[in-house]
Amino acid sequence: SELHLSKLRLTKPSKSAALHVDLCKATSPADALQYLLQFARKPVEVESVEGVVRILLEHYYKENDASVRLKIASLLGLLSKTAGFSPDCIMDDAINTLQNEKSHQVLAQLLDTLLVIGTKLTENPSVRMRLVEVACKHLTDSSHGVRNKCLQLIGCLGPVEKGVAKEVESQAAKDVQKIIGDHFNDQDPRVRTAAIKAMLQLHERGLKLQQAIYSQACKLLADDYEQVRSAAVQLIWVLSQLYPESIVPIPSSNEEIRLVDDAFGKICHMVSDGSWVVRVQAAKLLGSMQQVSSHFLEQTLDKKLMSDLRRKRTAHERAKELYSSGEFSSGRKWGDDAPKEEIDTGAVNLIESGACGAFVHGLEDEMYEVRIAAVEALCMLAQSSPSFAEKCLDFLVDMFNDEIEEVRLQSIHTMRKISNNITLREDQLDTVLAVLEDSSRDIREALHELLCCTNVSTKEGIHLALVELLKNLTKYPTDRESIWKCLKFLGSRHPTLVLPLVPELLSTHPFFDTPEPDMDDPAYIAVLVLIFNAAKSCPTMPALFSDHTFRHYAYLRDSLSHLVPPLRLPGRKLVSSPVSPSITPHEDPSQQFLHQSLERVYNLQHLDPQGIQELLEFTIRDLQRLGELQSELAGMADFTATYLQCQLLLIKALQEKLWNVAAPLYLKQNALASAAAKQILEETYKMEFMYSGVESRQVVIIHHMRLQAKALQLIVTARTTRGVEPLFGMCEKFLQEVDSFQRCFISELPHMQGSFVDKLLDLMPRLVTSKPSEVVKILQTTLRQSTFLHLPLPEQLHRATANIIEPTGESDNPLRFTSGLVVALDVDATLEHVQDPQGTVKVQVLYPDGQAQLIHPKPADFRNPGPGRHRLITQVYLSHTAWTEPCQIEVRLLLAYNSNRSKASAKILKSTWSESLEALPQSENGIEGTIPFSKPVKVYIMPKPARR
Amino acid sequence: MVLPAALTALLTLVLSAALLQFCLKRRFPDFSYITQNGRLTDFLDCVIISHFHLDHCGALPYFSEMVGYDGPIYMTHPTKAICPILLEDYRKITVDKKGETNFFTSQMIKDCMKKVVAVHLHQTVQVDEELEIKAYYAGHVLGAAMFQIKVGCESVVYTGDYNMTPDRHLGAAWIDKCRPDLLISESTYATTIRDSKRCRERDFLKKVHETVERGGKVLIPVFALGRAQELCILLETFWERMNLKAPIYFSTGLTEKANHYYKLFITWTNQKIRKTFVQRNMFEFKHIKAFDRAFADNPGPMVVFATPGMLHAGQSLQIFRKWAGNEKNMVIMPGYCVQGTVGHKILSGQRKLEMEGRQILEVKMQVEYMSFSAHADAKGIMQLIRQAEPRNVLLVHGEAKKMEFLKQKIEQEFHVSCYMPANGETTTIFTNPSIPVDISLGLLKRETAIGLLPDVKKPKLMHGTLIMKDNSFRLVSPEQALKELGLAEHQLRFTCRVHIQDPRKEHETVLRVYNHLKGVLKDYSVQHLPDGSITVESILIQATAHSEDQGTKVLLVSWTYQDEELGSYLTSLLKKGLPQSTS
Repeated sequence: SELHLSKLRLTKPSKSAALHVDLCKATSPADALQYLLQFARKPVEVESVEGVVRILLEHYYKENDASVRLKIASLLGLLSKTAGFSPDCIMDDAINTLQNEKSHQVLAQLLDTLLVIGTKLTENPSVRMRLVEVACKHLTDSSHGVRNKCLQLIGCLGPVEKGVAKEVESQAAKDVQKIIGDHFNDQDPRVRTAAIKAMLQLHERGLKLQQAIYSQACKLLADDYEQVRSAAVQLIWVLSQLYPESIVPIPSSNEEIRLVDDAFGKICHMVSDGSWVVRVQAAKLLGSMQQVSSHFLEQTLDKKLMSDLRRKRTAHERAKELYSSGEFSSGRKWGDDAPKEEIDTGAVNLIESGACGAFVHGLEDEMYEVRIAAVEALCMLAQSSPSFAEKCLDFLVDMFNDEIEEVRLQSIHTMRKISNNITLREDQLDTVLAVLEDSSRDIREALHELLCCTNVSTKEGIHLALVELLKNLTKYPTDRESIWKCLKFLGSRHPTLVLPLVPELLSTHPFFDTPEPDMDDPAYIAVLVLIFNAAKSCPTMPALFSDHTFRHYAYLRDSLSHLVPPLRLPGRKLVSSPVSPSITPHEDPSQQFLHQSLERVYNLQHLDPQGIQELLEFTIRDLQRLGELQSELAGMADFTATYLQCQLLLIKALQEKLWNVAAPLYLKQNALASAAAKQILEETYKMEFMYSGVESRQVVIIHHMRLQAKALQLIVTARTTRGVEPLFGMCEKFLQEVDSFQRCFISELPHMQGSFVDKLLDLMPRLVTSKPSEVVKILQTTLRQSTFLHLPLPEQLHRATANIIEPTGESDNPLRFTSGLVVALDVDATLEHVQDPQGTVKVQVLYPDGQAQLIHPKPADFRNPGPGRHRLITQVYLSHTAWTEPCQIEVRLLLAYNSNRSKASAKILKSTWSESLEALPQSENGIEGTIPFSKPVKVYIMPKPARR
Repeated sequence: MVLPAALTALLTLVLSAALLQFCLKRRFPDFSYITQNGRLTDFLDCVIISHFHLDHCGALPYFSEMVGYDGPIYMTHPTKAICPILLEDYRKITVDKKGETNFFTSQMIKDCMKKVVAVHLHQTVQVDEELEIKAYYAGHVLGAAMFQIKVGCESVVYTGDYNMTPDRHLGAAWIDKCRPDLLISESTYATTIRDSKRCRERDFLKKVHETVERGGKVLIPVFALGRAQELCILLETFWERMNLKAPIYFSTGLTEKANHYYKLFITWTNQKIRKTFVQRNMFEFKHIKAFDRAFADNPGPMVVFATPGMLHAGQSLQIFRKWAGNEKNMVIMPGYCVQGTVGHKILSGQRKLEMEGRQILEVKMQVEYMSFSAHADAKGIMQLIRQAEPRNVLLVHGEAKKMEFLKQKIEQEFHVSCYMPANGETTTIFTNPSIPVDISLGLLKRETAIGLLPDVKKPKLMHGTLIMKDNSFRLVSPEQALKELGLAEHQLRFTCRVHIQDPRKEHETVLRVYNHLKGVLKDYSVQHLPDGSITVESILIQATAHSEDQGTKVLLVSWTYQDEELGSYLTSLLKKGLPQSTS
């Protein structure tokens, strides 16, 4: 590495020198520009940045052409961004360049550079103060670009802490808010926008904005330019969150209202703005204004209807009345909607500054972006206000008929989210159920999810839902699973409503025996799922069952155990005793068991190796069994079992007996140890990437285990290879890894006393200077002597799982296609607890000839039906040369990982000055790999030879 | 404001009133209102047609070919494409079926269309040296536009018919903040605020769906263009979504041709159609097929769109007679029906209809009414006014009583004056035209450099010379003006005497004045010169004792006219006297 360093030192000055030579050579501005452009493509090392900057500055003063100066200014900014370079040494020079600059564009660029420098030196208040002062000086510039940048600079660097501003007695200590606020009335809309954005920036940085800005911001809402209005809406929202309870006067009256209500009204008004960008912005922000009074909130859904000046009831009100009067919508009369009472002309306010009808407008907007934003806002507001939820129901139901599928889907999801707060009326349920016929699978499944958590008020409602679901089932048989699941929840939620329906549903008769229905009929199973789940909390129900129903129950309980609950039936014993949900996790006996068994392992350290091994083996077995029994603890149990397994492998591989055997037995021993090392590595990657909820505490332990496995690998290699040369490299690499481990987890090291890495770091000075053979020896003893680290468990831990629903792998009919052409295979899978599935989940296809194909599904193929769950519906293209007979291929899902993406290295990888910069050392040994996490499914295919 | 533009707008208004008058008394409007015996071409700069509905373009061939007009006619591209089809159909019905004479011929329609200039949305068309027009999207029907008509800095926006709520095939009307002097708006629904469109659509679909599921037939009488396309799209997408199989038919003829243009003018439709047409043009109906007379007797469910919309004649009436007897069937009236038509009768609940030849038809089928109107409601009109921010509003195309209400609301909420002239009434609107003046860049830069940045709240004082020459106005610096006009510079000074009661010596008085001014005028340079005078910037102040009364001092204040502002301020300050302090 010494050689390497000296090489660097040689090249460093030459870089800036070359630039200098180039720039001097340039005969015309165009030439110089070319050189600069070329120069900008290459990265510059941290050490040579300052030199390059000096040379650039020198040329800056000499240069007459504004475009070249502009490029130099932009390069200065780019260079100051270089990681590891502290730009305070060039700040004075950069400020000085501003003094004599005439071109507005260059000035703006220079200010941008100062902004970059400032953001790198945010820790230094005096630097910030100075830059802000410079910016204030240039605020009077006649060019909008310069003013723009100045405001940006003030926004990013202006003093946020009150105390500091007082200490530093200078011009800039003036109130930054006042300075920025003065530019709210600038003549240029771009500057006005920049001023508002700067204000928002200050807010984000933690400055408490003054309430006085509110009235200024309100005026900006009427600006001619959409970007100003859009930013102003944001500012008003911020202020409404800061001062919700302040009182503001209503203009042209003596009344006063809360600020948050006033702001809410104003933002509502912007929902009917002329520009759709502003409308989207306004609609989005409405959702987060939860402090608004319910009186204002409910106005948003009210649009006073009238016809020829007479008050008219909305269709929603009419539907409600019809329902409450017990009469179902006849809709047969003309003038059903005939206007009722006369309206006092003076009282009608056609455009209210208030919130009136904001959501009615938003939901009817011509742009679907606005409609989606409105639906989302509606959802958020309804979640916090049950009475509002009740009111907005009709509007959401209406959105189920939107022309854009995304909007329909969004409104169904929204409805599901607020369904705890509401009970559907029968006519609403009717409209909701009508959507079940939709041809889009996403819509239908979202609707099933919705029905799972819907409250229905009458038994007719349940019956209606069942009938519609069965209709859905006959029309789209593929929805089977989803419909069954839906009925399961519907049944368990409404046992008393299902009870009176049972005889009808099972078509039992008090006197006659009815024919036994077909057990394989999905519709019949659907009905049974509904009834059995209702029967769980309704002990009188089984009395209504006929004999075959009991038989069917027994069958379904076995075949569809996830849908059919255990029932207390006459003459039957309840098998498992379910844990009552009221027990908190800590009191849970199985949780206790888990912790006790781990405790046992961690405490018994000084047992003889044989004893340790046996204890580990038993504990692993216990844990695995526990995971199978207790699904909520499965993640935790598997995770710890894997860790113990790693430890067990390590202990086995290190057994002294084996290492001292005679030379002929080396071979077998080596194979065992290297296999163990390999497996440990694999298991650690699984532990790190396959579980959601893993915290940094666990990551350290996992990395530590990996380090041990690598040490083991090194030892094994040292014993098998002849010669020292290859070992040199390996040792160095290993030491580098120890080093990077130390850098990543420096804060965790104190908790790792007595561990492998702890001991290793103590020995580090010795290791660096030792020969490889010695290193290996040290490693071996350290490995043996180090203690077994305690693995702390996080609150929640879930293992990523995948289940391929389609293809089912049951088909005996081969999928025939012409060789050389492609055939599309529909893949449908559910994923649980996978973080960022779009980036990590891949589909693997294995052909009988050993050829493997890896497919990256499109991001749009992943749906997110609920927290922690994903659904992959995609098409996989298969192709192969001709076969003589059909054969099976395997399809499975893989979880891809990259050790660089891990939480540990994310800390180190900071943004660099350009993408072209050479990869950092960490990424060189970044290991990419895949973990299979679904059962493989076999698909029968047959590529036929092409016909000529 | 008497402008050619005003005339043009007036003409479009006259054209828009065409159908009403045609229904009542005569066929075409009386264009002599405009000319008072002269050639139309001399009086009009151009004619603008806002959209293809016959009440907006029905009299066009008569006007251009029979009365005689040779100037340009402006319309949007879709209007230009569809308009001749409708005119031809209109001519056929009037001449061929009703046998009227003295009507325009097919050739006249062609000749008239040759005079048409097509415009794009937001394209500014320079009609002549002064007059320019610009089209904005209006919703309502395909190709409907609102027009801004502008002369110099005065402008009028004429809306035609417009719709502020989007529907299944068109977007909402939109206009920028063009701040016209006058906005002429239709006001069909001046006193109505409509319910959400979605409810109506849902009801409509539900009814159709239920009837079809029962095995019944649905008849929807429509007019060929406009609403028909909207309903087709609505049903088409619903059939698609719900995977329905029952056939939908559309009576052929006029619609087929027009549908062709709907497919072409995708840019004029709503977001959904515009975004998805690459995959599939929504107007290429999969489920909707051409109707044949024989299909009406087919068994099983079906949906039929048939013309005309009020069930007064033609195919829709024929089908109605066939299906009326079965209670499983349904007729849905999607719009307004004129009194006396079959449509109106069944909507008002008549169950026994007397047909031609004393035949009694018993109506057992269900009758539904559903309003799908494409005019802006009161809220929509207000919204448009809010968007455009006009200085005056003029309401047309509505009933006087209803307009009165809206007028009151507009004046109350926007504080602009609103007019609603009756037919033949003249309204005079006063405007504040701004007069453009060219300023030399040097002067502008010099003047803006003095003082602070421009502030919206305070008007800024500027010094320069206004040169009015050859119908143009120029603002130049005084030096340049002198040079251009070949004049020598004269200096103008104002001198003013201010009497002050002060028994002290002259120089003491001067010192007092000096201290006082220095205290008040902090931002100016106040100097005390050795000769005993004071200067404030270029203003000179000298003090002498009054020749008669030694206790009175006379302050001589002298300033150039450039410093008039400061000078007069100073004198008024001095007239107030000096503060009583002894210092």
